[in-house]
Amino acid sequence: MNDPIAIAREQILDPAGLSERELDRLLGILNSPAIDAADLYFQHSRMQSWMLEDGIVKEGHFNIEMGVGVRAISGEKTGFAYSDELHFAALEQAARTASAIARDQRDGRTRIARLNAPHQLYPLLDPIPSLADADKIQLLQQVDAVARAADPRVAEVIVSLAAVQDIILVVGDDGRLSADVRPLIRLNVNVIAQHQDRREQGSMGGGARRDLHYFLEDERAQGFAREAVRQALVNLEATAAPAGHMTVVLGNGWPGVLLHEAVGHGLEGDFNRKGTSAFSGRLGEQVAAPGVTVVDDGTLPQRRGSLNIDDEGEPTQCTTLIENGVLVGYMQDRLNARLMGGASTGNGRRESYAHLPMPRMTNTYMLAGDRDPQEIIASVPKGLYAVNFGGGQVDITSGKFTFSASEAYLIENGTIGRPVKGATLIGNGPEVLRRVSMIGNDLALDSGVGSCGKEGQSVPVGVGQPTLRIDGLTVGGTDT
Amino acid sequence: MSQLHQDDPQRLRTQLEDTIAALLAEARLQGADAAEASASSSTGLEVAVRMGEVETVEHTRDHGLGITVFFGQRKGSASTSDLRLEAVRETVRQACTIATHTQEDRCAGLADAALMASELPDLDLYHPWSISVEQATELALACETAARDYDPRITNSEGANFGTHRSVRVYGNSHGFLGGYPSTRHGFSCAIVAQDDSGMQRDYWWTTARRAQDLAAPAAVGQRAAQRTLARLNSRQLGTRKVPVLFCAEVAAGLLHNLISAISGGRLYRKSSFLLDHLGQAVFPDFVRIHEQPRLQRGLASSPFDSDGVATQAKDFVREGVLQSYVLDQYAACRLGMTTTGNAGGVRNLAVELGAQDRGALLREMDTGLLVTELMGQGANLVTGDYSRGAAGFWVERGEIQYPVEEITIAGNLKTMFANLVAIGNDYDFPGATITGSWLIEQMTVAGG
Repeated sequence: MNDPIAIAREQILDPAGLSERELDRLLGILNSPAIDAADLYFQHSRMQSWMLEDGIVKEGHFNIEMGVGVRAISGEKTGFAYSDELHFAALEQAARTASAIARDQRDGRTRIARLNAPHQLYPLLDPIPSLADADKIQLLQQVDAVARAADPRVAEVIVSLAAVQDIILVVGDDGRLSADVRPLIRLNVNVIAQHQDRREQGSMGGGARRDLHYFLEDERAQGFAREAVRQALVNLEATAAPAGHMTVVLGNGWPGVLLHEAVGHGLEGDFNRKGTSAFSGRLGEQVAAPGVTVVDDGTLPQRRGSLNIDDEGEPTQCTTLIENGVLVGYMQDRLNARLMGGASTGNGRRESYAHLPMPRMTNTYMLAGDRDPQEIIASVPKGLYAVNFGGGQVDITSGKFTFSASEAYLIENGTIGRPVKGATLIGNGPEVLRRVSMIGNDLALDSGVGSCGKEGQSVPVGVGQPTLRIDGLTVGGTDT
Repeated sequence: MSQLHQDDPQRLRTQLEDTIAALLAEARLQGADAAEASASSSTGLEVAVRMGEVETVEHTRDHGLGITVFFGQRKGSASTSDLRLEAVRETVRQACTIATHTQEDRCAGLADAALMASELPDLDLYHPWSISVEQATELALACETAARDYDPRITNSEGANFGTHRSVRVYGNSHGFLGGYPSTRHGFSCAIVAQDDSGMQRDYWWTTARRAQDLAAPAAVGQRAAQRTLARLNSRQLGTRKVPVLFCAEVAAGLLHNLISAISGGRLYRKSSFLLDHLGQAVFPDFVRIHEQPRLQRGLASSPFDSDGVATQAKDFVREGVLQSYVLDQYAACRLGMTTTGNAGGVRNLAVELGAQDRGALLREMDTGLLVTELMGQGANLVTGDYSRGAAGFWVERGEIQYPVEEITIAGNLKTMFANLVAIGNDYDFPGATITGSWLIEQMTVAGG
């Protein structure tokens, strides 16, 4: 079956005895003249996870969530109710509760019409049974064995594997019915290496909107194990990180978390409608160095941050945020687009049926430049080369953002020197990209492990960038 | 179960207890040697206002149940939001299927029957607030208005939020333990934006309590959000230097939780903590006492039993600077060859014994240094203790605040920071389940442009 609407009907609507007639009636409740927009968001989500530690698979977990969120918008006001019971009476009550946001509550009329997504970026499968449970156990053990065999200093190994199938069905106030079937898989390896009394960690993982065979291809999972060990061993040799303002070269791929924090959040439509972002009202201004182009692209096949349609039923797209250094676009959901007089960019996302959608990133990355990465490092007399990061955070209003390096090296006289301990980097979003002085030709996206939190809601995202030279960023080490 | 009795906590509790009993019986039927299960149900109202208007009205309603089954020393678990009997059976079946694939783990299993909470005192946690959407809106508006009217430099708002929630939680296991209790939680918060020639700044404040009458007044919350925001205007960077650092009370609570993570069983048996093998050793100077009060009346984190069904008990983690107890659940305790400390699910109502000095006295003792009022990002490495965070706050000279600072980092090592704690203030003044005053730390590296 390759029709997401048919799959969603069979998995969600049919078992609850809901047909188009009931959906019509619910929309009628939501479609009083005073309601500007409304939707029903049905979700059925299944997740299975496994965890290996001490060389044995100790834990496994299975979770099923099902429910519907009902939203009614009148002007800037949103009424929201949800239910994990899907029978018509519960839905009708949720619809009446949500639509109480508008004073005029006469019922209207709408007819359901199906809408197909313009693209199918990933297979409509359930990744959980894509590999037999016994084979999942074997995979975890192989990964553990590879990590332990990689070096005698490896003391602890934790491997986790998760597979999720998320089926969603959105019914809009205009009667549009759309659906998506979203597989998501992830494998992570965490390693502690010990030398005498010193212990350090390394971690690596990856994921995609694919079936679990993804981890078996090209020994991908074993590669994660080797990489986690490599990082832990590098950190065993690391000495104090420098403190102060300096030239920083960021590696390609995951260090793109810089873009996510420094500019990504600040360009989400809600903050800009409210005027609370450091980027508010700056469309058309030079906010980055010439040559810097940043996009948010929800249409990359099989990527963790990609979606066929967003959680409001809008097709995802590739939105240019910064073009050759000039701010050209925001990321919008339907509510903020309507209030700002624009169109949704397919960035309306929600953690689940129990959360309200808002503008969120998908895969955010900077396009490649023309510099050889070696040439970039060679150009720095003294600075920091940071290649792996933990998470980051941003204060949208002041523009200040942080991201924490987990693998970094000194650069001395244009060559990579000794490894230094992890350190937090801090900067100012509207300024930092103006200090980009060299852009590598080696654009890479992350391996598929990113999650973004906003107002308590977590969604999977991707980041990416080429190697970048930034002329001045504060590095929070201890070595003055 | 098609209809849950949200308005009658006793009936709801009975229903959830019946669900737990059904889960455990089903697990036995499917061959499990032991099992444990938990169920919860909560409803709530959340209202958000912004710029004097209602922005969202949310009616929340969440259910959940989870089961863990043990076949000998093999374990499986499953959870769902669907409390219908068919779904309950399916969930048990899924957990049992998982347990056919997991491997023997000598520590898998329930805590000893003798450790189960035998008496379940009423901790006075349930104080429902029957408030209409209109009344909730009025409170949120009063909070935001107080902030917006505070000063002409308050130019924008992220709004004020009101929330009230009631829930019932039940846990049971195959030892025959079955415990549950209803609880409530209410609160509101306000986030406000100030602007002048130097740019925009944002800050917030909040209040939360089990009983409505224990909440701060809406206007007081709004005004404090405004004061905090205004104080940040005209922030500067600092040059790189090594100076003493005073962590204000609500930020010091974060250091306290770094300590708790480092002495938690999961990190200890995985040898992933900088405080490995420190039990009985001095971790802080001798004036430091850190303890938990899990059975505090109306406490925001109070519970008579932990997530293993084990009785909670008041205890010192640190006394006279010496580490007295780890934070252990049944599994970690078994791995370490120790006894559970009744901390499955974490610590409850953590408190630091307050010192004698107020904020002013601490600033004078610091003389010249950094007062930190906000931390950003991750950057606490609990394996090594290495600590590097983004920060904002105030530069202090001769015991007086000089100007606000931002876009700086502070760095050190938690072990050294704890050992070099100079004083803890008496200036505890933030809501939540953790009690501490400000912490003055001898020296850290501050980096800036």
